[in-house]
Amino acid sequence: MIEIVTQVSLPVDEHLSIKKNRLQPEDGSNGRRISIVTGIHGDELEGQYVCWLVQQRIAQHPECLKGTVDIYPAMNPFGIDSVTRGIPAFDLDMNRIFPGSVDGDMNEYIAAQIVGDISGSDLAVDIHASNIYLTEIPQIRINEISAQRLVPLAMKANVDFVWVHGASTVLESTLAYSLNSRGVDTLVVEMGVGMRITRTYCEQLTDGIFNLMRELNIWTDEVCTTHTPIVSSVADEVEFLNAPVSGVFVKSVNHGALLGPGDEIGLIVDPLHGTLLNRVISPCEGWLFTVREYPMVDQGSLMARILKGHMEEAARKGGAAQ
Amino acid sequence: MKKEVLYEIKALYRDDFRVTGYTFGEGEKALCIIGSMRGNENQQLYCCSRLVARLKQLEEEGRLIPGKQILVIPCANPYSINTKKRFWCTDNTDINRMFPGYALGETTQRIAAGVFEAVKGWQYGIQFASFYMPGAFVPHIRMMDTGYQDTELACEFGLPYVVVQKPRPFDTATLNYNWQIWGTHAFSLYTTNTARVDEESALQAENAVMSFMARRRLINHHPHGGYRSEVIRSADFVSIRATCSGFLQCMVKPGQRVQKDTLLARILDPYEGCVLAELRAPMLGVIAFAGDEPMVYENTAVLKLIREEA
Ligand SMILES: [Zn+2]
Repeated sequence: MIEIVTQVSLPVDEHLSIKKNRLQPEDGSNGRRISIVTGIHGDELEGQYVCWLVQQRIAQHPECLKGTVDIYPAMNPFGIDSVTRGIPAFDLDMNRIFPGSVDGDMNEYIAAQIVGDISGSDLAVDIHASNIYLTEIPQIRINEISAQRLVPLAMKANVDFVWVHGASTVLESTLAYSLNSRGVDTLVVEMGVGMRITRTYCEQLTDGIFNLMRELNIWTDEVCTTHTPIVSSVADEVEFLNAPVSGVFVKSVNHGALLGPGDEIGLIVDPLHGTLLNRVISPCEGWLFTVREYPMVDQGSLMARILKGHMEEAARKGGAAQ
Repeated sequence: MKKEVLYEIKALYRDDFRVTGYTFGEGEKALCIIGSMRGNENQQLYCCSRLVARLKQLEEEGRLIPGKQILVIPCANPYSINTKKRFWCTDNTDINRMFPGYALGETTQRIAAGVFEAVKGWQYGIQFASFYMPGAFVPHIRMMDTGYQDTELACEFGLPYVVVQKPRPFDTATLNYNWQIWGTHAFSLYTTNTARVDEESALQAENAVMSFMARRRLINHHPHGGYRSEVIRSADFVSIRATCSGFLQCMVKPGQRVQKDTLLARILDPYEGCVLAELRAPMLGVIAFAGDEPMVYENTAVLKLIREEA
């Protein structure tokens, strides 16, 4: 059933509504509750297809549903509609305003209503798609302060990588932080790339979501998961490669590649002078789980992230790349 | 006066990105002043350009106190001003959310690191800051409540108010916060405007900085005029929110004292012209901020009032 989570009126003849679809067992029973959330960043669309796939699969076997599935496909409808990452008109990153405030402005009010609506879920999955610049292997990112509770759940989500990262004050204004601190276990998924849909990744994550639903006794049908994540919780295991010069980055390998020291990741070229500005090489042995998709780079732009020290596990994955 | 490039990035097609600083006097690193960091901060840049001209004149007249150095960085982000983009052109990130910066990180982290390298270690730091909402503010000094803030020093600017604000999560990545943490007495100076240049409030800001420099014995100058600043907490601001969306018709100006129940603004129906809502003063107070967007969203804080005891 479609429900309006919250609604505000806009200046000229329009309402802004945050909507969700609530799916429940046919027999009217309640059970536990999972919330699938996406679209906080208007340029991240991978979650759109996941929301659809989840509903398709439930519709095929409604008798297997024993709990509540709430689907929130568009947390930032303005952003999605205007191909904008943040909230247009406010120039604001929606994932920096949680938990919001019912007494605050329009966006803070909406944020507070969203947190209130998701509260009470047994699990929330917040699906992101990196940004328009980088492509990511399907992964779950976990703030170290929630690692104990969330890593065991993330292991069941059929992703390829679980990255436990350090705490930072700035991240305290994300939806996931707000929910986790209110006792709602929330997994943040990053996968694929902005402005695109990667069907295989969406299907992979959908399997993971059904596996989690089975764990929570929300879903009774068999679920087949094929991916076991590599877990990294050591701070210096991830190598960041930032552009040493401004130019046009042309990648030489795809994300998921296994790299040795000296392997070429891409070239930074100068189309005006016809010169090669930099050959981007891997400084170490590792697994390329992030690679730059958007060609233009400024000095400092991120081009790649490489996971060190898990070569055997990464080699077993082999086909993780697109 | 010494003009030098403090930080530089080579670009592919554009002219190189440069942060330029003007140094006056020699010796102890006494005062650092920084202007615009965002592409819409024209007033902040304008104020700095006036100060550069003023300091140049003081230097020529021999009125700088020997042994004290003053650095002015009018603009930490010329790229965004030139393209009329509020944030960093390529990835829309905000330099003032990147401090203290990271020299090996993303572009705006590098710029923040480069700027911070130049501005850290000074005894006093002034940033011409801007409010995120379009409108007019009563001129004030704002400082983060880090435990290091010195409100008495802030009163030396002689602006009407000194506002102390509890840091929110994102504030920890601003220049003001990091300046304080690294031992600089940091002041964010808010003039009336941001995108529009306002001569009157630019002059007031210039005089405020002149007063501060004179009282801190950095220049030979007799401060005159100015206010006895009132120190308030940001929690003392009362937000008056639009009760519905529509055209905003604001009837008051910042600095104006209003009685309880005074009509402050009206919201008009954009199709039918009728009055949808009247916003009235909930108490006696002074208008601190008045929004000037023609069209407002429901729940937007269109006015801020500094409450006064009756
Ligand atoms: Zn995102």
